Amino acid sequence: MRPEELAVRLQGRVPDVTVARGETTLVVDRTQLPAVLEELRTDGELAFDFLSSVTATDWPGRVPRYWVSYELGSTRHHHRLRVKVGLAEDDARLPSVTSLFPTADWHERETFDLYGIVFDDHPHLSRILLPDGWEGHPLRKTEELGGVDTRYKGAFVPPVDRRTT
Amino acid sequence: MSELPSRLETEPDAAGDLRQETMIVNMGPQHPSTHGVLRLLLELDGESVVSCRPIVGYLHTGIEKNCEYRTWQQGVAYVTRADYLSPFFNELGYCLAAERLLGIEAPPRAQVLRVLFCEMNRIASHLVWLATTGLELGAISMMLYGFREREVILDVFEAATGLRMNHSYFRIGGVIMDLPPDGPARIREFLRTMPGRIGEYERILSENPIWLERNRGIGTLSAEQALAFGVTGPMLRAAGPARDVRKDEPYCGYETYEFEVPTATEGDCYARYLVRIEEMKQSLGIVEQCLDRLAEPGPVMIENPKLRWPAQLEVGPDGIGNSPAYVRHIMEESMEALIHHFKMVTEGISVPAGEVYQPVESPRGELGYYVVSDGGHRPYRVKIRDPSFVNLQAVPSMLEGALVADAIAVIASVDPVMGGVDR
Repeated sequence: MRPEELAVRLQGRVPDVTVARGETTLVVDRTQLPAVLEELRTDGELAFDFLSSVTATDWPGRVPRYWVSYELGSTRHHHRLRVKVGLAEDDARLPSVTSLFPTADWHERETFDLYGIVFDDHPHLSRILLPDGWEGHPLRKTEELGGVDTRYKGAFVPPVDRRTT
Repeated sequence: MSELPSRLETEPDAAGDLRQETMIVNMGPQHPSTHGVLRLLLELDGESVVSCRPIVGYLHTGIEKNCEYRTWQQGVAYVTRADYLSPFFNELGYCLAAERLLGIEAPPRAQVLRVLFCEMNRIASHLVWLATTGLELGAISMMLYGFREREVILDVFEAATGLRMNHSYFRIGGVIMDLPPDGPARIREFLRTMPGRIGEYERILSENPIWLERNRGIGTLSAEQALAFGVTGPMLRAAGPARDVRKDEPYCGYETYEFEVPTATEGDCYARYLVRIEEMKQSLGIVEQCLDRLAEPGPVMIENPKLRWPAQLEVGPDGIGNSPAYVRHIMEESMEALIHHFKMVTEGISVPAGEVYQPVESPRGELGYYVVSDGGHRPYRVKIRDPSFVNLQAVPSMLEGALVADAIAVIASVDPVMGGVDR
């Protein structure tokens, strides 16, 4: 299905559908997420049976602050769809979809690791890329970047966002 | 503590059997057969694997975060280092995503060059896979042959881009420079010898009893399992589905090239071997079609001065660099050119706000770039959906119940590149 046809087809079910740059994006509430993904998968005309990727973006100062996005594909029809869920800063959690898509396991762990977003009912939500004892979630925009202490006359290389030269 | 009997004092049970105990063994992160710093936590019952847990992250370098603090053009040099055995695919995914956000398309000749380098890269990557797998499973001569042929490809890459890996050759809006004059002839020479070499590999391996014993029926993954785990690339195609981004959602004009998507049905390590060998032959065919199209001269970078990289590059004896003629132009002839160069290099281009997900078919499967712009001079978010990262999730289901020696063959057949897994 072409992106525009997809959008028309989906509009009846979910009101917030946009098409931009040849991609269809669906915005759903976190409580609806598992049900919507299941419907998208079982509907024969849509057949979104492949989850490519799960990730997030962080927009501090905006409401909602976090957007979690799911890239879906269809092995039968070769069309794609993005499903997004907005999450508030003080309540960044949403249901896990691992029971629907086993591949979501590592994707959700990565999103938890890098953004601190909690996926409820994930079988073992733990850090995946960073060490278990790491503090903070580095892909949040509010995270300090660090910088490097050098051994030359106590010099300090400032982090990239505070360099002047 | 004193209640627990020591292992040495444990009596055999009534039937005279030894106590049943499993053993936890760490395979990796420093292990010659794990292709980098992959760690497998194996629970063994004698020689059998009871459970397996892959642990990743040892090579995490924060490439995605780095991209957020560099200009759009600098991003190419970061992403090319993710999956270091297929650098061109990383560059391609990133550049295509940025180009879609900008609403531009690279000129036809640049697209042909991109396809050409990607397919050469696919062969090189599969050769490393074949070479290392051969080494691990006891076919050491295969290792020598695989790296020998890969060297020829890397020489071509070096002549064209100045580097053997991490090329930063694809740029937003095209490629950084055209092939050197002797490029097509060198590639044709490679195309002439390579089919015979692939035939040699097949004669060494395809009916080799040890190779069959180590690969056939090992690490079987059904199509349903593979799709559930998100597995893509040769691993999925070896189980049946002919899923290939080049065919399903063509980019760079792949729909105009003639090639087949090889598949197998067994879904075991041997089927993956057959699929990869066949893919190399198909890639040779695509490279040949690219060379024919390169007969037409043309620009390799978009013309728009507000978007194209300002410098003219050239490969010198010490690698890639600004051409002396261009340096003379901005330093001695034109103040405006110098100002423009300075602005483009330090500030970079701005990209309209929006988001795109761009998949490309890397040697390991679907490599996706989810790129978000807030309208600024730097990417707001670059997410790399790396196929090795996702494919590794299927390892426990392939290993549990198998022998520990099969772990080597199974990991090799996944062909994970930890630079891409950990990013």
